[in-house]
Amino acid sequence: MALSKEQIAQRIAKEVKDGYFVNLGIGIPTLVANFVQKDIEVDFQSENGVLGMGPFPFEGEEDPDLINAGKQTITTLPGAAFVDSAMSFSMIRGQHVDLTILGAMEVSQNGDIANWKIPGKMVKGMGGAMDLVASAENIIVAMMHTNRAGASKLLKDCTLPLTGVNCVKKIVSNLAVMSIENNSFRLLERAPGVSVEEIKNATEGNLIIEGDIPEMIF
Amino acid sequence: MINKTVSNVKEACQGIKDSMTFMLGGFGLSGIPENSIAELVRLNVKDVTCISNNAGVDDFGLGLLLQKKQIRKMISSYVGENAEFERQMLSGELEVELIPQGTLAQRCQAAQSGIPAFYTPAGYGTEVAEGKESREFHGKMHLLEKAFEADFAFVKAWKGDAAGNLVFKGSARNFNPNMCGAAKITVAEVEELVPVGTLDPNQIHIPGIFVQRIFQGDKYEKRIEQLTVRKRD
Repeated sequence: MALSKEQIAQRIAKEVKDGYFVNLGIGIPTLVANFVQKDIEVDFQSENGVLGMGPFPFEGEEDPDLINAGKQTITTLPGAAFVDSAMSFSMIRGQHVDLTILGAMEVSQNGDIANWKIPGKMVKGMGGAMDLVASAENIIVAMMHTNRAGASKLLKDCTLPLTGVNCVKKIVSNLAVMSIENNSFRLLERAPGVSVEEIKNATEGNLIIEGDIPEMIF
Repeated sequence: MINKTVSNVKEACQGIKDSMTFMLGGFGLSGIPENSIAELVRLNVKDVTCISNNAGVDDFGLGLLLQKKQIRKMISSYVGENAEFERQMLSGELEVELIPQGTLAQRCQAAQSGIPAFYTPAGYGTEVAEGKESREFHGKMHLLEKAFEADFAFVKAWKGDAAGNLVFKGSARNFNPNMCGAAKITVAEVEELVPVGTLDPNQIHIPGIFVQRIFQGDKYEKRIEQLTVRKRD
């Protein structure tokens, strides 16, 4: 079975290690916070100027002066700090943030990512995504393996306007976990019950398959 | 102490003309200069360029200026919440320059600091790089980005005093401090104008030297864009 969005987030949460500063993008990445191991210390950074983000507020305790990058009302945890936008991006550009998790419309086999614009259809803007992908050492992409029509989103070359080049390191899709290696996607894990053949058929770019590919463990 | 106080938003906006370039603080609807925006709508200035991370929503924030077709050009990083914006952009009525958020912040900061340009890796290899100089540092490609030039910066703070010193609250801080002193004239509106001497100098986020005019806003709606809450157990 292909993974649900929650399961993609749950699998990515295993990549979040003790002591990490993490930036979560909008959509599936936001869900990752719910699945991070309880016995490790992780700080979430939000690029609008919050370090040490906490859960959503209780009803009636929301504060219009306290939101995340998705404009959702949030809380802070003890030890949190507020900063201005320039300093927030100093954390990102200066590589002080350890892990960036973001969504994508397309990823190519050399690690290019497209996630901000569909010419003629959707132009919302890149927000902080271009700064994040250009600077982060460790980028994990959360995405669906194919679009609604069944066409692969893991391509030889991206067709949409790029957000960044040669930057994606790892991808967790609804079908598989893959890394980017030697201008190819390397298949690391399969979603439970999904065959290597299914993943092959859903991947347009080069796919390296070596040895037995284990099923994901949550 | 040099007194930066003006009596109201009308006085704060003196000298505003058509075709000027404005910087406006805020992220989404959080920390936006609500009173200054209302005055810009009332003044009905036309053909303005606005530098702001977002463009408001249809009926609030910069959306109010868009409704009256006062904006010629928007420079933003994310504009996804505004249908009128999208309509004007797709029809070609509105010129739009989308730039990476960190680059936007740093172009404000550079203007404040007297740095004419800087290199950043953001946008290299994308359409943002078109027409820009690029250069390799430490084995990685970077783009040359220039400081903004603007006529007025409108910022919103939580507290301020007559000296123009400012204190921000929560994530409503965002671009506001970076825009102070980044335009020819910085107009700061505050929720509470406190007597000089009551703000602890250790706790001031922006010193008055970066602010030319300060006033207490008449009222703040502080609209929430995405109300998200959790239930009590």
